[in-house]
Amino acid sequence: MSREDPTTADDTDDTGPGADRPTADRPPAARATPHRASWWRMLGRDRAASVAAVVLTLVTLVALFGRLVIGDRAQRQDLDASLRPPSVGDGVYGLLGTDVLGRSVLARLVDAAATTLSVAVPAVLCSLVIGAALGLWAGYHGGRRESVALRVADVILSFPSLLIAVVVLYVFSPSALNIVLILAVARIPVYLRTARAEAAELRSRLFVDAARTFGTPSRDIIRRHILPIALPTLLTVATLDFCFVMLTESSLSFLGIGIQPPDVSWGLMVAQGRQYLQSAWWITVLPGLAIVFTTVSATVLAAWARIATDPAQRWRLTLPTKRRGASAAVPPELIP
Amino acid sequence: MFPFLRKRMISSAIPLFCVVLGVFFLARMTGNPVDLYLPLSATAEQRAEFSAAQGFDLSIPAQLWNYLVDAAHLDFGTSLRTGQPATEMVLDAFPVTLQLAGMTMLLAITGAVVVGSLAAYRPNSPVDRIASLLSMTAASIPDFWFAIMGVLVFGVSLGWLPTSGTLGGPEIWVLPIATLLIRPFGVLVQVVRGSMVTALSAPYVKIARSKGATPQRVIFGHALRNAVTPVLTVAGDLAVGLVNGAVIVETIFGWPGIGKLMIDSILQRDFAVLQAAVLLTAVTIFALNILVDVCHALADPRVRQAVPA
Repeated sequence: MSREDPTTADDTDDTGPGADRPTADRPPAARATPHRASWWRMLGRDRAASVAAVVLTLVTLVALFGRLVIGDRAQRQDLDASLRPPSVGDGVYGLLGTDVLGRSVLARLVDAAATTLSVAVPAVLCSLVIGAALGLWAGYHGGRRESVALRVADVILSFPSLLIAVVVLYVFSPSALNIVLILAVARIPVYLRTARAEAAELRSRLFVDAARTFGTPSRDIIRRHILPIALPTLLTVATLDFCFVMLTESSLSFLGIGIQPPDVSWGLMVAQGRQYLQSAWWITVLPGLAIVFTTVSATVLAAWARIATDPAQRWRLTLPTKRRGASAAVPPELIP
Repeated sequence: MFPFLRKRMISSAIPLFCVVLGVFFLARMTGNPVDLYLPLSATAEQRAEFSAAQGFDLSIPAQLWNYLVDAAHLDFGTSLRTGQPATEMVLDAFPVTLQLAGMTMLLAITGAVVVGSLAAYRPNSPVDRIASLLSMTAASIPDFWFAIMGVLVFGVSLGWLPTSGTLGGPEIWVLPIATLLIRPFGVLVQVVRGSMVTALSAPYVKIARSKGATPQRVIFGHALRNAVTPVLTVAGDLAVGLVNGAVIVETIFGWPGIGKLMIDSILQRDFAVLQAAVLLTAVTIFALNILVDVCHALADPRVRQAVPA
């Protein structure tokens, strides 16, 4: 889904300089097979990215189906089993120890995964859709629309997001929906800026001129000719932004104005375990590790996606391992 | 240079004004402070008197006008919580945060330039892979969790560092700065690496190499100056984000900085202090953006010329 995407291939081709060349001379076989095959192969080439993809898939599966498996174990209290350290002797739910009310930390981690993702994913999707639409529109039309959109983005970005969230969540009650909304609004500028930059660069390309000459309405030019090219970049930014949103949600929950008990998120678990830090480290350490594993995986995958969707850098993932060895400080095709 | 500066200052002042207005209205939506500060048994006259004394009985536009006029005289009213002038409280707290943030950015930029350049010199080498993975991890660790882990390991278990407070020698700075540092450092290493890889593949680097320049000279003399623009932009954004970190760090380590002051005044509906603190933060960010723009213009002549005279 990049520059050679079928939706753009039948346009008056974008013979942009340099950047598109490396993909042009792929063997016909690779061109004929669907994209999926080569994506899998490129993912396999990067070991860190493969691991990251597996971790993210696992977290998603746990978030989707975990609650069905654990039932009400995340809330079930057992004061006799208070603050038990992790051990293999107490059955599955005692594997990661218990908190001060005797609730299983493992069950709570599973429950919190669902809460955390149900905040982060909608927030990222909302800001991606709104930010991208506004940014592409502003970048394609340029002029006053562009400068107004950028000014709005500046206003939102030039103020610490955590503080806006704190004020807003204090005014309105800290429900999951409000957290999603505030995080989405706070991150719109990121997509708006990226999409605007892409659209502003693309609007003067030949295939856009051609479409305009044929009388295609602006909306269709943006949707059919500009969006497919800007999409890989936007998705990469979204993957990276997923981390930021997750971290902000955790921070808010940690400060006590995010997810509220009896619901539980990873950030809230860290906050709840903090006062038992000296006697029961596992309550604080484990949810933190869950956050770190998820966010690091998203970052690694975003880094891989940035390379895989960039025709000028894709050789790093498609050349045989030996040839892209340590000596190649400069990509061969970039040496003039 | 001066038309450039003037244009940037005007365009940055608009967000500043919006932020001040936004906070004024949002703070007033958090509820009536009269209910918070007077006991339940207060009579209607007492409540009216308190409202009148604090100016809460006026209409919202009138309150806003009073606020703007007073702000122009650098008078932000007195704190409802302590009775001190708000300006004084904010100015007391500000240097603490400024020191923390300044030290953090200095260390983050210096460290990121060195590590990022080393990583970019040979992409895909072991150094690059280790640096990339470490920086990605650093950028993705939740700062409050990192701070708590630091307290657990170095404060509680090993007993090397104090767990909170601002009294003592240089060791009190270690954990707060380390906590604030990880995210900007991680992000900046990746940005430096990215733009250095691009810069190092440019023709002028090839020429510098072929005339026999040392690797250090190529990296720091030739490539870095051309790679510095995106780094500056991101560093500016990260410095804004440091306020987020400061709220967390100052809460966990009990530092009397502006982040903690803002959180406290939001929770206690202390309008005057909140507005003064937000205004000062916004002005600082405004100044910072100008500084970043000036650095841009100094590093890249094209930026200076881009502005029509």
